[in-house]
Order: sequence, then C-alpha cells, then structure tokens
Amino acid sequence: MSDLLLLLAVLLGSLGLGWFAISRVPPRLHTPLMSLTNALSAVTLLGALALFGTELSTPAAVLCAVAVLLATFNLVGGFAITDRMLAMFRGGKRS
Amino acid sequence: MSFLPYPWILDVVVVVLLFVGLLLFRTPGAARLGSGAAALGLLLAIAAELAGDTLGGWQLLGPALALGSLVGWLVAARVSMIQVPALVAFQHGCGGMAVLAISFLELLRTGEAGWSIERGSGLLGLIIGAATAAGSILAGGKLAGLLAGRPRVLPGHGLLLLGSVLLAGGLTAWVGGLPDTQLAWWAWPLVAVAAGIGWLIAVRVGGADMPVLISVLNASAGLAAALCGVLIGHRLLVVCGAVVASSGSLLTIAMCRAMNRSLLRVLTGLQPPSSAGHPVAAPRPEPALPAAPAPRSDATTDGPKTSVAPAGPPDSAPAPPDSADPGPTTSPQPSEEAPAAAPADPLDQAAAALRTAKQVMIVPGYGMALAQAQHDVMTLCRLLEERGAEVAFAIHPVAGRMPGHMNVLLAEADAPYEAMLELDDANARFPNTDVALVVGACDVVNPAAVEQEGTPISGMPILAVAAARTVLVCNLDAKPGYSGVENSLYHRPGVLLLLGDAQQTMVTLQAKLTAST
Repeated sequence: MSDLLLLLAVLLGSLGLGWFAISRVPPRLHTPLMSLTNALSAVTLLGALALFGTELSTPAAVLCAVAVLLATFNLVGGFAITDRMLAMFRGGKRS
Repeated sequence: MSFLPYPWILDVVVVVLLFVGLLLFRTPGAARLGSGAAALGLLLAIAAELAGDTLGGWQLLGPALALGSLVGWLVAARVSMIQVPALVAFQHGCGGMAVLAISFLELLRTGEAGWSIERGSGLLGLIIGAATAAGSILAGGKLAGLLAGRPRVLPGHGLLLLGSVLLAGGLTAWVGGLPDTQLAWWAWPLVAVAAGIGWLIAVRVGGADMPVLISVLNASAGLAAALCGVLIGHRLLVVCGAVVASSGSLLTIAMCRAMNRSLLRVLTGLQPPSSAGHPVAAPRPEPALPAAPAPRSDATTDGPKTSVAPAGPPDSAPAPPDSADPGPTTSPQPSEEAPAAAPADPLDQAAAALRTAKQVMIVPGYGMALAQAQHDVMTLCRLLEERGAEVAFAIHPVAGRMPGHMNVLLAEADAPYEAMLELDDANARFPNTDVALVVGACDVVNPAAVEQEGTPISGMPILAVAAARTVLVCNLDAKPGYSGVENSLYHRPGVLLLLGDAQQTMVTLQAKLTAST
C-alpha cells in the first residue's frame, strides 16, 4: 500500500514539475515540444517489456508484441522527428 | 532491474535526464541537447529492462523492436514539415493502442477480483487509451488528407457523446467489480464505447481547430500512460506520463486562449449561452486597461484594440464592416473591380511599396503552406534584405495545424529563428512597419475579432496588421477564413489585395522587385 501511495505522490509531483518546466518553453518551440512529449508517452514500452518477463499465453504474447511494435514506432519516430525539426532552426540565440 | 543493488538509482537518473532535457527547451540548439538527454534516459531505462528481466519470447520481441524502430525512423526522416501534425497524430494513436493492449493484459494478469486503486486506474487508462487511439487516428487521417477535413456533426451529436460517456461510466463501474475471468470479455464493449467517445470528439473538430484537438490528444495519451503506470506499479511510466499530460494540458490552454474559446466549445461545438445581443460588449475594453500597467507590456496587449479600431468604437452594436468603413477605394468584390478602378495594377503598387520599405513584417498562415509558397516567401525576404529592409515574421499561436507549426514550416524554408516574432512582440512592431505582407492568413488578421461582437472569432487576439502603413494580402481569394467571418481588413484603405496562388504572387513580386533595380 505504501508503494501505491508513493506512486500517487510521484504522479502529483511529476504533474507539477512538468507544468513548471514546460510553461517556460517558448511558443516558437511548441511543435518540437509536442513531438518530444509524444515520444515520451511511448514510455509504455517499458510496461510492455516488463510484461514479456512474465508468464504469457500465446495470444497474450502476440498482443504484447504488438504493443511493443506500436510503442517503439512512437518512441523512435517521436525522437527522430523532434531532432530533425530542431536541427532545421537556423540561429538560436535569443535576440 | 533486480540485478542492480539499488534499482531506484536508475529511475532517479532517468528522471533527472528527463527534466534537464525539458528545462533545456529554451532555444533550438539547447533543445536538441535536451531532446537527446531525454532519449538517453529512456534508452537507459529500456536497456535495464531488457537486461534485468529474464525475458522470454525473444522471437516475438526482437522483430517487434526492430520493425518498430526501423519504420518509426524511416517515416520520421521522410515526412515534410506540413505533414508533421498528421505524423504526430498517428504516433499518438499508436501510443494509445499500446497503452490499451498493456492495460488489458495487466488487468487480466493481476488475478485480483473486485475493486482496487490499481484496477480503477487500469480501467481508466484503458478507456482513455482507447479514446486517444480512435481520436488520434481519425485526426491523423484528416490532417493527412485521407479523410474529409471539415467538421462533421451528427444529429444529436452532444447527446450521443453524453450518452457514450455515461455508458462508459456505467460499464466501468460494473466491470470493475467482476472477477478477472469475466473481465476479459466485458472489457471489449468498454473499449468499443471508449473508442466511440474518441471518434465522436475528433469528428466534430476540423480545420483551424485542429491545434486544440491535437493538444488534447497529447494530454490524454500522457494521462493514459501515467494511469497504466499506476496499474503496473512502474514509476517511470507515471513520471513520463504525467509530464506529457502536463505539457498537453498547457498547450491546450494556450491554443484555446489564442482563439478565445473554451475547450468545451471547441470539442463539443456548444455555443456560449450569451448570443450576439448579450451585453458582453461593454465589459471587454475595461479589462484591457488594468492590464496596461502590467510590467512587460506597455503597448503590446492593447495594441490591437487601440490601433486597429479607428473606424468605430468597439463597444457599439455589431455593425456590418462596410457601413463602418470610411475607405471608398475598394468595393466588396475588390478582385474584380480594383484593377479597373485603380490607376495602377495592385501588383505594381505592392512592388512600389516594397521597394521603399524599411521595415517589413511577413504574416504567414496555413494557406502559405498549402500553396507551398514558403520557399518563395523566403526568396522575397532575402531580396528585401539585400535592399536594406529589415524583415521579421509575425506568427499567431494558432497559425498552422498544431501549436508552433508555422515556426517549423518557416524553419524548413530557412527563416532565421530570431526573426520569428510572437503575437505581442509583433503587435508592438506593426505601427512602425512599412509593409505587412499577409500570406495565406485570414482569421488571425481579421479586425472583426476586436471590433464586432457575437462572431465566432470575437475576442480572439489578432495580429494588428492594419497598423502597418501598407498591407499586402496574398490570399487565394477574398472569402472568409475557417471561422466564416467576413474579413473587414480587406476593405480598409492602405490594404492591397493580391489574390491568387500565393506562390505565383511571390514570384511576380520578386520579378517586379528585381526588375526595378
């Protein structure tokens, strides 16, 4: 139960810290920000990998592999497009 | 991760990398480092997960990882910047489906019967994941042009949505109490209803409202991941999911504010209780006055109100733009009559204005991207700079199809980052601007937003281009923008309409400008 409470505290803390960090991002970078956070939401890949470590029936293993496939697509694609977009910005010093 | 003596240390390292990465998102160069730091953090976590557990099923896992990475990278390396919103929407959809699958498997695996916080969180994650997946795939289809982009309203749309939400709530309450053998069956109707909710929300939104929808889907994808993390007891899922949920919510608020519409109105199409006759006109100019002595904005926030509205008091009753318009130069169909009535071709007049301009402000809209005109806009920009003019870009927060989209489109065409101005900075500069060049933007420069009441864009902050000495409008036609509100800017003196394909107009202006030297 204390684990669960810790998890809920982590949830609230991350919401607050995330709000703090992201409210400072200039609007000019909002598209790369969204594609980065989009990649971060594919962190569920860790959950799918953890599930693979458990006993799974064949259909469950296939479903889990599909989850891994989708999450990896999201993760790699998200970071790749973020980096590509940021590299396109010429200059970068604040005027 | 059991092979590590202190497994939480890895979590801390990953979380620190993640937040440092986000805090670096201030300039493009630093943001690239930040994005790399976040990627490194997740890579570490994945490596630990792969190394730590005694994983079975490599014959499934290996190809899934390899194929997902390869396709993800290939697609991301090939899309053009105009397709980025569609790609992001599809990626949200994939993330949502992954959450859906994981939550489902975990709900069955835990073997608990009856309610617990984990189970409630898991079911909520299942619902939000399914709604996100359905909504994102529909949104991605619209953005990619595979589906009709205009909003569709079904008969009784609001009631249908409300009914689906109530049905999902009822099903959840019942399914949550079931033993897990039955849960496996009853989770499917729940997923179907949740997907229906996502579909109903996304189908109602289109065109210029897409930035709001895509921000909401961003937030819901993160929330689903965080809830899934509570279900499986994984701290990193909770942290990352919560950060994404925060980010998506912030962007949603920013987009709604930039359109002066509530989230509920955008997503459900509800009209505000006050109609055109309601006296909302009087109070609005007042809040601008207390805001004036605010620390940073001296002339910025109330710039549009004071400088745009010389024709009539903004708190008067809604007047048709023509009656309040003192300018006799143009008629409601300027494209037809202006060349005949005016002594010179508007393109020549435009070139003459550009020739002597010292300060030029380019106002790009999504129409610029549709016309593929951004590269020709940049060529014109360089020509003007060679002639000694200072060129900047005025970017409205909702220009484009996702937050910040216009900046990325301009960056692809090699526009300097420093020259991309945000709303307030741009509005402070318009009074000193010789030529404002509007390319494919309509609603975001429509003075009706500050002068008229009861229109869909009333109260929306706009780019006050009318304050510039000359305004060149390079739009396809003089029709209203997505909001359907007639653009009163077009009838003002000092505004030249250069209607037609924006790319062609840019090429013509370039030719006239170089020919004159």
